[in-house]
Amino acid sequence: MSDELHSVRVEAERCRGRMACLRACPTEAIRVRNGRATILEDRCIDCGECVRACPHGAIQPLTGSFTDFARFRYTIALPSPALYGQFRREILPGAILRALTRIGFDEACDLAWAGEAVSVAIDEYLAEYRGPLPLISPFCPAVVRLVQARFPALVDQLIPMDSPMEIAAREVKLRKAAEVGLRVEEIGVIYLTPCPAKIVAVEYPPRKRASYLDGAIAIADIYQPLLTALARESPQGGEGQQVRGLGLAWPVLGGQASCLRTEDTLAVGGLREVARILEDVENGKLSELQYLECHACPQGCCSGPLTVENPYFARSKILHLVSRFGREPSRDRDQIRDLYRQGYFSLPGRFPPQPFPPLDADIPRAIEKRTRMKEILEALPGIDCGACGAPTCHSFAEDVVQGRAALEDCAVLTAEQARRSRHTALA
Amino acid sequence: MPGASVFTQQFEVRGRDFANAGRASTAVKEILKEIGVPPATVRRAAIAAYEAEMNVVLYARRGTLELQVSPAEIRLHVWDEGDGIPDIELAMQEGYSTASEEIREMGFGAGMGLPNIRKNADEFRIESVVGQGTELDIRIRL
Repeated sequence: MSDELHSVRVEAERCRGRMACLRACPTEAIRVRNGRATILEDRCIDCGECVRACPHGAIQPLTGSFTDFARFRYTIALPSPALYGQFRREILPGAILRALTRIGFDEACDLAWAGEAVSVAIDEYLAEYRGPLPLISPFCPAVVRLVQARFPALVDQLIPMDSPMEIAAREVKLRKAAEVGLRVEEIGVIYLTPCPAKIVAVEYPPRKRASYLDGAIAIADIYQPLLTALARESPQGGEGQQVRGLGLAWPVLGGQASCLRTEDTLAVGGLREVARILEDVENGKLSELQYLECHACPQGCCSGPLTVENPYFARSKILHLVSRFGREPSRDRDQIRDLYRQGYFSLPGRFPPQPFPPLDADIPRAIEKRTRMKEILEALPGIDCGACGAPTCHSFAEDVVQGRAALEDCAVLTAEQARRSRHTALA
Repeated sequence: MPGASVFTQQFEVRGRDFANAGRASTAVKEILKEIGVPPATVRRAAIAAYEAEMNVVLYARRGTLELQVSPAEIRLHVWDEGDGIPDIELAMQEGYSTASEEIREMGFGAGMGLPNIRKNADEFRIESVVGQGTELDIRIRL
């Protein structure tokens, strides 16, 4: 994983070493050294929890801005449907898409239809599939990386299917190129993202094949201009795109599962909870389920770290849209089934395992290091105070064994030793 | 491999302690991943450790699960204080279970535990004394 770039960076001058990120990181990828946070690149899965946690905005996603996209002759905004949940109830998707064209994009296209289409494709896939269950949703890139890194034995249970954003980008780009007579390279399709994980999926698509997306802008970064543009829109009136279909439910936890034919589903949000469920799957449990919908964010994409609204408000707004516009299908189902059989939704190949690096590439040496780690752990206080700059005593013990930290960095041990030597001196 | 180091750690497992059931096997799994055991082998060890741990939780008063990792193999050595198994041959059959109605209602006791352990182990030895307890010796080659 270390050859890949990540989607967040620490702005050292803003970091005050408060350690909120240290505790928030679900993969223990952050260390605070000399009062500044640093990210262990090979343990980061781009979930964005640190972005959410930092009180000083010192951890920033590497999203784009409008100026990055000046090189295109025609720009199309492709917002995550999570965007629809960011504005009050009466503001409908059509108005939001229109407002996007007022703030600099030549066009804005809905992608909720692609969520519905992918759901139909999953129905077909589940009906044909004969391998180990449950199958795991591959649409949250942070979850995919968690599976590859911490549960590599489960990679074959990730459904090898493309994400709605990729499918929509491909379709929009090819259609537009034909429509306006531009070359595909002259059209920029920009994803409006609720999270850093999707940025990585845009920049480094799974299986390293070319993406039809040309960049990503954080929803939080376009929120203000969009709000201003929306104030001048009539919320519902005017000609607009028809946004409808069950795909509208995708950005909320359980939304994907609700689109499927099977009821043998389970939806789980938040990486720690996802990890607990995956532990069970790894232990051979939950095989009575067909589909495990996993999101890094507790309420699904509508609560992504780069969104603005309260997650429960966003959820309620999305569910409101589903009940108003969800029943009418966005595309013909038979046509989608045909496309599925032509491989329209499939990812080439499967997801490769990419385990977190072990203590040592050499097993006998790794065994020795793990033994040393156990001895250190037994000496440590076990209170996970974080004062050493590592999130837990366990990760500190690993740092010591790997030469990234010294035992004296443990404030509790050092204080105890000082007390003891004072005691001896007095006696 | 003479002189090669062996990692050893013991985990205490309490009978009927459903709130903590699965902790020992989760810890075992984490350690194997840290050591760099291949994923497919980790999964076999994980299933064996989980079933062995659940056997203690479901049927014994208390037990110990000991993990040993050498460069050659993973050993899961489990011994418990409990009722023991009167007929081991029968207990090794898929679907045979002495689990109470209560345990079955919790979704356990389908009679797959011991067969599952045997399926995932390269070597498997079981001894039991009625009224005293059961001892499992599970080995998975690296």
